Amino acid sequence: MASELDLSRDRLDAPFARRVEELSGENPYACYQCGKCSAGCPFADHMDALPNQVLRLVQLGDESALTLSAPWVCASCLACGVRCPKGVDIAKTMEALRLLALRKGISHFPLTPDRPCPQIALVGAFRKLTP
Amino acid sequence: MNEVTVFIMGKGYRVPAGLTIMKAMEYAGYRLTRGCGCRGGYCGACATVYRLKGDYRLYADLACQTPVQDGMYIAQLPFTPAERPPYVLDELKPEGATLLALFPELARCVACNTCTKACPQKLEVMDAVQASLRGDIRQVAELTFDCVSCGLCTMRCPAEISHHHVWQLARRLNGAYLTPRAEHVQARVAEIAAGKFNGELDRLVRMTRDELVAAYKARQIEA
Amino acid sequence: MKRLAYFPGCAMKDQARADEAGTLHALALLGYEIAEIPRWNCCGTVYSLAQDDLMRHVGPVRNLVRVQGMGERRVLTLCAMCYGTLARSARFVQDPERLQRINAFMDTEDDFRGGIEVVHLLTLLRDEVGYEKLAARVKRSLDGLRIATYYGCVLLRPREFAVDDPDRPEVMERVVEALGGTPVAFPERTECCGAYLTVGRKDIVEERVERILRSARGGGADVVVTTCPLCQFNLAERRLPQAPSVPVLYLGQVLGWALGAEEPAIADLLAGRPGASEPVCSGGAR
Repeated sequence: MASELDLSRDRLDAPFARRVEELSGENPYACYQCGKCSAGCPFADHMDALPNQVLRLVQLGDESALTLSAPWVCASCLACGVRCPKGVDIAKTMEALRLLALRKGISHFPLTPDRPCPQIALVGAFRKLTP
Repeated sequence: MNEVTVFIMGKGYRVPAGLTIMKAMEYAGYRLTRGCGCRGGYCGACATVYRLKGDYRLYADLACQTPVQDGMYIAQLPFTPAERPPYVLDELKPEGATLLALFPELARCVACNTCTKACPQKLEVMDAVQASLRGDIRQVAELTFDCVSCGLCTMRCPAEISHHHVWQLARRLNGAYLTPRAEHVQARVAEIAAGKFNGELDRLVRMTRDELVAAYKARQIEA
Repeated sequence: MKRLAYFPGCAMKDQARADEAGTLHALALLGYEIAEIPRWNCCGTVYSLAQDDLMRHVGPVRNLVRVQGMGERRVLTLCAMCYGTLARSARFVQDPERLQRINAFMDTEDDFRGGIEVVHLLTLLRDEVGYEKLAARVKRSLDGLRIATYYGCVLLRPREFAVDDPDRPEVMERVVEALGGTPVAFPERTECCGAYLTVGRKDIVEERVERILRSARGGGADVVVTTCPLCQFNLAERRLPQAPSVPVLYLGQVLGWALGAEEPAIADLLAGRPGASEPVCSGGAR
C-alpha cells in the first residue's frame, strides 16, 4: 500500500473502482472503514489484507487489489455482508476482484485438487476460482 | 445440373446439390487424408461445423452424413485435443467418485446444453455430464452408447470437459463391473475350455479345399 | 397425500444418500408424496455474486423449468447449497430483462415463466408440518441425545434467503427437540466451515473445522448435525488429529431414525453413549 495517500479527484474516480462497482453491484464508497467485516471474518487470519483494507484499496482505485491473496481466501460465507452497518455486501466486491483477475488470466486455483473431493466442493471451487 | 454454392474454409465453390459435405469437398478438389474415415457415420473422424446464410446458429455435424445446402459456410475439425489421464481399469472401482477423480473438470459444467446441441448423434450429452457429476456410471454408459468420439461437444464446451474420454471410461467401468455376466456365454466359454469343440475344430483343420467349400455352401444360416 | 416436487442435487445421490433416505422416509409418514423432478442438473452449488455472469444462473433456472413442466409451483431441497442457488436464482430472474436473456439463451427449453417457490426441508417442517405434529409422529425418541445443530452459511445468509434469523436461528434446534433430542449451545454454529476452499486450501478448512468441533464439544455435544453435504464432508474428512472426535451426521438421518427408519449411525451412537469413555466416531456419514 502507498505510504502517502493521494486523495485527488482523479484517483477517487478511477476506472478501476468504477469497474469493481459495476461488476459487484456494490458501492465501495459506502464503506466508512469501521472494520466490522474484518473483525467477524472467519478467514481474516489467512488474508494478506483485511476485508476493510481490500475495500479501501478499491476506494483508492488501486489495482494492486488484484494481486492480493485475500479475495481467494474469501469463501463467500457472507458473514461480513450481514454485519456491515452500511449494507455493503463485501463478498460481492471480493467476487468482482476474483473475476477481474480471472478475466486477465490470473488464477490462484491449483489444478491438482486436494483429494478426495466430492462434487459439491469441486463445483463450488471451479465456479469461484477458475475462469 | 442443379448446383449450390458452398464456402469451404472461406472460399466459394459451385457443387452439385445432393452431395454430402465430404463429397462436395472432394468435388471441389480437396483430397482428404485427415478428417475422413469410414464414410458411414460410425468413426467420427469428419467432424464439421457450419453456418447457414441468415442464421445465427453454429451447426455441428459429420461431413459424411450431411447434405450440402446453398450458402453453407463450412470448416472441418479433424481433431479435438482432449486430455485423457492414464488409468488402469483393473485398479478402478465402479464408484461415484471415480469419474470425478480422474476428470475433475466435470464439475465446471454450467448446464448450458451447448454440448447436446453440438452432438451429430443427437445424444443427450449434458444429461450424461450431469450423470457423471453425480457418479451414475450406468446412466452415463447408456446415454453415451452411440458416441462416435467426434469431439464436437468437447470443442464447444465452455467448461473445457473432454467428454468422449469420460464416456469411454464410464462404458468400460459399466462393462467390466456393473453389467451382469451372461450365463450362457460363461457356460459356453467353460465348454470350450474343457475341449468340447476340439474334435470339430480338428476336423475342419484337416479338410481339403474342396471339402471346405462344400461345407461352407452347406452351412446353416440363421434367418 | 400432498404432492411435492423434489430437487435432490448431486450429493443426495452420492455422498449424502443416508440424508435422502431418512428424509424421504419421514416425509412419507408426514403425508407427502415426493416427486423427484425429471432430468435435473447440478444447481451450481455456489451462487454467482457478479452482476454480469448470467451463464451461472442457467443451471438453476433450467431446474426451475423442469419444476414448471411438472405443473408444480414449488420445489423442495434438502441440501443447504441447492436451496441457496435455486432460491436466489429464482429471485434473480424476476427481473424481466434477465429472464428474457436467459430464456433466449436456453432456446431448446420452454420459457421459464417465474413464480416457482423454493423451500428447504427446515422451513417445511416448521411452517407446514409444525413441530407438534412432527413430535406426535416420533416412533423412537432420540432420548436426550445432545445434538449440536450446525447451520453453516447458506441457510442463514444472505438475510433475504435465510431460513431463520441469521443471528439467532432456532429452527434446527426446535426440530431436534421435537424429535426428543437436546440441542446444545454452540457459538460456532453459524460460522463458515471453509466450504469449497477444501479443494485447494485444506489447511484453512482444517483450522476452521477444529474450531467448530471444539465449540460443539464445549457445549457437550454427542453429535453434530447439518443439512449441508459440504459442511458434512469438511467436518468429517478435514480433521486434524487433535480435533475432537465428534461424529457428524445429516439432519435427515436423525429425522428418519426418530420416525422409524433404519439408521445404524444413530443406533450405534445411542448404544455407545452411556459409560463410553470416548464417543463413537465414525468420522463420516457414508
